[in-house]
Amino acid sequence: MSRFITQSKKYLSFFRLRFAMSLQYRTAAIAGIATQFAWGFLELCVFQAFHRTDPEAFPMEFHQLASYIWLQQAFLALFMTWFMEAEIFESIMDGSICYELCRPINIYHMWFARSIANRSSRALLRCFPILIAAFFLPAPYKMSPVSDFTTFLLFLISMLLGLIVTVSLCMIIYMLSFFTVSPQGLKILFAMTSEFFQGNVIPLPFFPSRLQKIMELQPFASMENVPLRIYSGNIQGDQALKAILLQLFWAIVLTVIGRLICRSAMAKITVQGG
Amino acid sequence: MKRNLKHTKVSPVKLYLHYISIHIRSIMQYKKSFLMTALGQFLASFNVFIGIHFMFLRFHSLAGYSYSEVLLCFSIVLMEYSLGECVARGFDTFPSLVRKGSFDRFMTRPRSEILQVLGSSFELTRIGRIIQAAIVFVYGTVHSGISWNWSRVLTVILMLIGGTGIFCGIFLIYAALCFFTLDGLEFINILTDGAREYGKYPVDVYGKRMLRFCTFVIPYSLVQYYPLTYLTGRNDNLFYAFIPLAALLFLVPCFWLWKFGVRKYKSSGS
Repeated sequence: MSRFITQSKKYLSFFRLRFAMSLQYRTAAIAGIATQFAWGFLELCVFQAFHRTDPEAFPMEFHQLASYIWLQQAFLALFMTWFMEAEIFESIMDGSICYELCRPINIYHMWFARSIANRSSRALLRCFPILIAAFFLPAPYKMSPVSDFTTFLLFLISMLLGLIVTVSLCMIIYMLSFFTVSPQGLKILFAMTSEFFQGNVIPLPFFPSRLQKIMELQPFASMENVPLRIYSGNIQGDQALKAILLQLFWAIVLTVIGRLICRSAMAKITVQGG
Repeated sequence: MKRNLKHTKVSPVKLYLHYISIHIRSIMQYKKSFLMTALGQFLASFNVFIGIHFMFLRFHSLAGYSYSEVLLCFSIVLMEYSLGECVARGFDTFPSLVRKGSFDRFMTRPRSEILQVLGSSFELTRIGRIIQAAIVFVYGTVHSGISWNWSRVLTVILMLIGGTGIFCGIFLIYAALCFFTLDGLEFINILTDGAREYGKYPVDVYGKRMLRFCTFVIPYSLVQYYPLTYLTGRNDNLFYAFIPLAALLFLVPCFWLWKFGVRKYKSSGS
């Protein structure tokens, strides 16, 4: 037990270090907030135009969609796959990975802690101004408060699981880049697929209904799709619980896959250069 | 001696083309990386296209616009943006030129700074988006039932020229602001990436206020909404075909801002 505590302490300090570092970039955060706010507003304008054209065909309540979009903008940093850790790729490419390997720690755990810290610190810095402003918007664009406490609790749990799924997917990409000369193609392909399949281009309820059922099972749907729809009230009760269980399933499967790839990467790694 | 110097001074156009040929040759040294980035560009806008497709499967039309009309709009804006970014990428990466102090070197040379900054980068990878735009454009054209005549072809060409001009202008503003802030301002993204992303639907879809903003402040609608009404036959006035040319006026204030910035510029790098 005491060994476990000292072990986790190490990764916790990595987490704290990264967290403190990211909080330094405040000006960038302010610019980012303004951009994301405008982005969310334009997004809602588009959906409003579709809603006006044919309200019958709209698969969610409009206020649910408004909450979905604002949460998406506020917590962008948690789920976006186009910002991966450039440093990790660089260290794999230029060989400075060997310094990391010298440390008496598990590289998978260290990078995992680091990614979680980077994402959550960024999100924490940016989410509140966006959310507060969104609450005070006029009626159709306004972000609604959560319906009850249980929903909020489920939302928090599913948010955490979504973050874990996102990071473990990224970890698989980092690990796979040990096997390639240049990870660029892998990165692009991954960013584009995950963007589309997690419901970032259009939320999953807007997909054709038969396709939507299949879409909800794949791992990318366990990222932002579940927490945002739980909060907005688009999935409730048993459905929400099922979705969270599926998230848990993917979180476990993906970390196991990531660690397996990690092990085989560590077994064959040769660092060249001096 | 004097005659010799005069002789070696090539025309700006020739010089610019020379810059481009250098960039293309250097890009071709890294073919795989080029192809990957181009593919990424293609896929990014492919996602948007699929998004539009699914939305129209559900809603069939948007504020009176059909699927194929929206595709035309989407592809033209995408092409305008990609051409603009391809040409004016130098302004987009300008913050790093200022921070590193490379801009000081540009100022010592007897050539216009704009020409040199334009020549400092040429983003051939945007070909990925351009190909995407071309395919969607052809598809949209076939299905929209537009009867093509010379004036409509001319409209499309003028839209592309005007639109590329606007995006170049915004990149120029972005670069000019660096003289004052020394760093890129992320919110300009709304005017570039945002316009590309949300310009996929005709501006009037976003309501009257947005249309007014996009006519008088940043004249997007001059290269999108107004000529589009002529293109899709909502409007027979030939005047609308030439509206995109007015958008080029937008470059004038951008140019002033740049000139003002250059005059204020104090070196920052080493």
